[in-house]
Amino acid sequence: MMLFMLLFSRQGKLRLQKWYMAYPDKVKKKITRELVTTILARKPKMCSFLEWKDCKIVYKRYASLYFCCAIEQNDNELLTLEIIHRYVELLDKYFGSVCELDIIFNFEKAYFILDELLIGGEIQETSKKNVLKAIASQDLLQEDEAVEGTLRDIGLL
Amino acid sequence: MAPVRGDGMRGLAVFISDIRNCKSKEAEVKRINKELANIRSKFKGDKTLDGYQKKKYVCKLLFIFLLGHDIDFGHMEAVNLLSSNKYSEKQIGYLFISVLVNTNSDLIRLIIQSIKNDLQSRNPVHVNLALQCIANIGSRDMAESFSNEIPKLLVSGDTMDVVKQSAALCLLRLFRSSPDIIPGGEWTSRIIHLLNDQHMGVVTAATSLIDALVKRNPEEYKGCVNLAVSRLSRIVTASYTDLQDYTYYFVPAPWLSVKLLRLLQNYNPVTEEPGVRARLNETLETILNKAQEPPKSKKVQHSNAKNAVLFEAINLIIHSDSEPNLLVRACNQLGQFLSNRETNLRYLALESMCHLATSEFSHEEVKKHQEVVILSMKMEKDVSVRQMAVDLLYAMCDRGNAEEIVQEMLNYLETADYSIREEMVLKVAILAEKYATDYTWYVDVILNLIRIAGDYVSEEVWYRVIQIVINREEVQGYAAKTVFEALQAPACHENMVKVGGYILGEFGNLIAGDSRSAPLVQFKLLHSKYHLCSPMTRALLLSTYIKFINLFPEIRTNIQEVFRQHSNLRSADAELQQRASEYLQLSIVASTDVLATVLEEMPSFPERESSILAVLKKKKPGRVPENEIRESKSPAPNALAQNNVIVNHKVNSNANADLLGLSTPPAGVNNTGGSGTLIDVLGDIYGNNNAATYNTKKFLFKNNGVLFENEMLQIGVKSEFRQNLGRLGLFYGNKTQIPLTNFMPVLQWSAEEALKLNVQMKPVDPTLEAGAQIQQLLTAECIEDYADAPTIEVNFRYNNVPQKFSIKLPLTLNKFFEPTEMNGESFFARWKNLGGEQQRAQKVFKAQQPLDLPGARNKLMGFGMQLLENVDPNPDNMVCAGIIHTQTQQVGCLLRLEPNKQAQMFRLTIRASKETVTREVCDLLSDQF
Repeated sequence: MMLFMLLFSRQGKLRLQKWYMAYPDKVKKKITRELVTTILARKPKMCSFLEWKDCKIVYKRYASLYFCCAIEQNDNELLTLEIIHRYVELLDKYFGSVCELDIIFNFEKAYFILDELLIGGEIQETSKKNVLKAIASQDLLQEDEAVEGTLRDIGLL
Repeated sequence: MAPVRGDGMRGLAVFISDIRNCKSKEAEVKRINKELANIRSKFKGDKTLDGYQKKKYVCKLLFIFLLGHDIDFGHMEAVNLLSSNKYSEKQIGYLFISVLVNTNSDLIRLIIQSIKNDLQSRNPVHVNLALQCIANIGSRDMAESFSNEIPKLLVSGDTMDVVKQSAALCLLRLFRSSPDIIPGGEWTSRIIHLLNDQHMGVVTAATSLIDALVKRNPEEYKGCVNLAVSRLSRIVTASYTDLQDYTYYFVPAPWLSVKLLRLLQNYNPVTEEPGVRARLNETLETILNKAQEPPKSKKVQHSNAKNAVLFEAINLIIHSDSEPNLLVRACNQLGQFLSNRETNLRYLALESMCHLATSEFSHEEVKKHQEVVILSMKMEKDVSVRQMAVDLLYAMCDRGNAEEIVQEMLNYLETADYSIREEMVLKVAILAEKYATDYTWYVDVILNLIRIAGDYVSEEVWYRVIQIVINREEVQGYAAKTVFEALQAPACHENMVKVGGYILGEFGNLIAGDSRSAPLVQFKLLHSKYHLCSPMTRALLLSTYIKFINLFPEIRTNIQEVFRQHSNLRSADAELQQRASEYLQLSIVASTDVLATVLEEMPSFPERESSILAVLKKKKPGRVPENEIRESKSPAPNALAQNNVIVNHKVNSNANADLLGLSTPPAGVNNTGGSGTLIDVLGDIYGNNNAATYNTKKFLFKNNGVLFENEMLQIGVKSEFRQNLGRLGLFYGNKTQIPLTNFMPVLQWSAEEALKLNVQMKPVDPTLEAGAQIQQLLTAECIEDYADAPTIEVNFRYNNVPQKFSIKLPLTLNKFFEPTEMNGESFFARWKNLGGEQQRAQKVFKAQQPLDLPGARNKLMGFGMQLLENVDPNPDNMVCAGIIHTQTQQVGCLLRLEPNKQAQMFRLTIRASKETVTREVCDLLSDQF
């Protein structure tokens, strides 16, 4: 089970945080600080996995963003790397070659996409097509509402 | 930036831009405070705030929170959004709640109704939103409110696949916080059959759920094994086009495969059915084969997904530990990864091989890669990989390669990262001790450790070398000579001074014949270090000096001079002053005889397990600091072992209880220590403090030592016996940081038994303070011979959790033996006299591996009878005589132990004047050699 996922920039700014375990806010901040420092200090060719406290950290850098997950001792490290990759692919597909700014300005979308991929720290849907379909149907609802709203505004409804 | 679909929120985008444009931290804080004030006033005043505006402001609050600021309002507005009939507003409300609301918040009760409504929605998008929220919060409140709906959603035929997936994982999340919510009975099979679902996404999600359920109740969910094996087999043999979008970079359903492989690891053996087993092995082979095929893509995603499945398959192979073929193949394939260019793969291969090294089937295969692993330890750029290589070297070490591996580790230690030195020192010390055939080598290794990494050599390590030198006569002279040489180095580590001081104080006389290490030279050498050392070391040196007075009376005046100097104010340390003056007085007033008695050589340390291993285990909870080959697995499902194993009974194996196998060479491949190791490891994983060592049988042969030890408590015992009376001191030590309360040891010895052995126990204080030790006195009076021994049940509360251990007391009948010396003639005369049917007992049993005659003699001497020399014509045979004292009578007892070296068997014969005694003594001793 994944315990949490953090996205942060090369400057150490946290861009997204998702906690699958209930930690007190103080602990969350402490964990984040420690991990950001540890990972930013690591060199490019180093191993993507590290033992940390009683869990394992799996991280990967995509352009200016670090994706960092904590998993339990028995979880599969390589596949966790691929969960990260799948998430990046989904963001990329959705935003159209995603960049850090997309995630900053549309953080809520980044959360919605993540919720379709993982629930309670376990992978829910591994098919890219299906996740995108789910997001698309959310967007469709929103668009309908938007159209409805406009129509109502101009008195057509 | 591409335009985003759905409806954007302009106000939010403007605010985010503003924040990004802030030149300083102060400006940012100012902008945020302005916005917070604005939102607050909007929420307070404007009653006409519409849904869109609420959504926008809640979203801004979220953003501010994600920047690291605390948010203490807006929750009610978010809750209101949940009941909006617009999806976009509802969604933001849910997001705010999952990100900001703690599990124990009062708000949770307010949102339950909204969630219920959405769960009943006909639109799956709404249902999923509700499920995701329940899973995100996952509190007990949630579990109680939805324990009916969610299981129904999961198995109902009407539910859409996307909803089933969310429902499965949502249920899993709730199950983790409230295990009682899972319905049993017919639900079990319906949940299991989700493994057959058409939709791969549903199967993937359901497998996670089932894995958790199996861990809780392996028997009930046993039916999942067959389904999982056949599903896995179908995936593995599928071509990558079969599974369409569930193929990931040409690998068919890697996530599901890995989950199924994990699920199967909950059972051991995975299955009893030969057909299923064959299919599983075939599937595992296919996975190994596919991993060898040329890659279908150069992308790292392809290799990662493929190898993720491979590693998980290897985990299952290691877990089953029953297919030598597969184990050896796994080892070979991992061996190839050791020189792969991907650091990640090298790391994982090393890790996996650590486990393979502990299987009797693949241990030898792992050893073939020794050279590469040594290179990894030296050359890897990443310290975590180097550390993993060290772990593997430790795990693959055995008698055959110990010298080489220890040497390589010592070489590497000189340049090793500071972060891993301490652990390496422990590992080297353990290996050197465990595999020493020649103890001079062991002494060299430890002294080298001190020389190379003195700062990282903990007390346990140098205490241990001293214990071993004291217990092994053959190495004492060598040790004295070696420490003497080591001390001559101009700068030597303080730990070296400690070891040197202690050893020369005991055995300096062994090298005093050589003029280069004459008494005065030794003394001056040690004393030249005195002023550079800490008070603790100085105190130790002062004791060495007083011991020198006994060993070398000729340098008495030199030493007294030093004592005199340090017995006054020149020693700022009170302890040093006191020692110096008391030693000085002792050397003046005591006669040579008295000195010789007081300063006698240290007696042998009781054989006890090395504390170093415990230190290593503590350092690495959850990891596998193992250097032990497992025996084949127990048939019970693994998950069962979780159910509180309180005491680790390592009965009937002395050799294994001595973790480092000092007294006897380590037992062979199939030893019974395996089960103990398994429990220890589990104890670590689950954080239960129940990893305990407990060995009563050892106390047949000795009166003092550690009777019981786990993470919380250590119980030591000292006892003495005279005629039919005995006294026992039990020492309870609290190893934790908090007091143990309601502490109460209770004697378990029935009234009927008490008529034969009367045991009285003094009460103890009910609170055992942190780190403290208390003593409890017991007296025992043997009235008549008895069987077995009394037990005490130790009850206490740790952190308010009740704990209970039952420990057998070392009060066996043999404690009341008085050894009897006699010559051969009278021995055999008595032997013949005791020839009656009821006076004889005999047992033939297999010797512990390997047959250890000196060990057996030592045990017999500790047993309480007199070991009679030159009585039996066969020098290998051992004969003993003794009298058991009871209040009512004295029972003479003779013993003969005959080894059969070819058959590796012993024959034990007991003859005694009373039938019950004959039987009990025979029972006590059988299987002990």
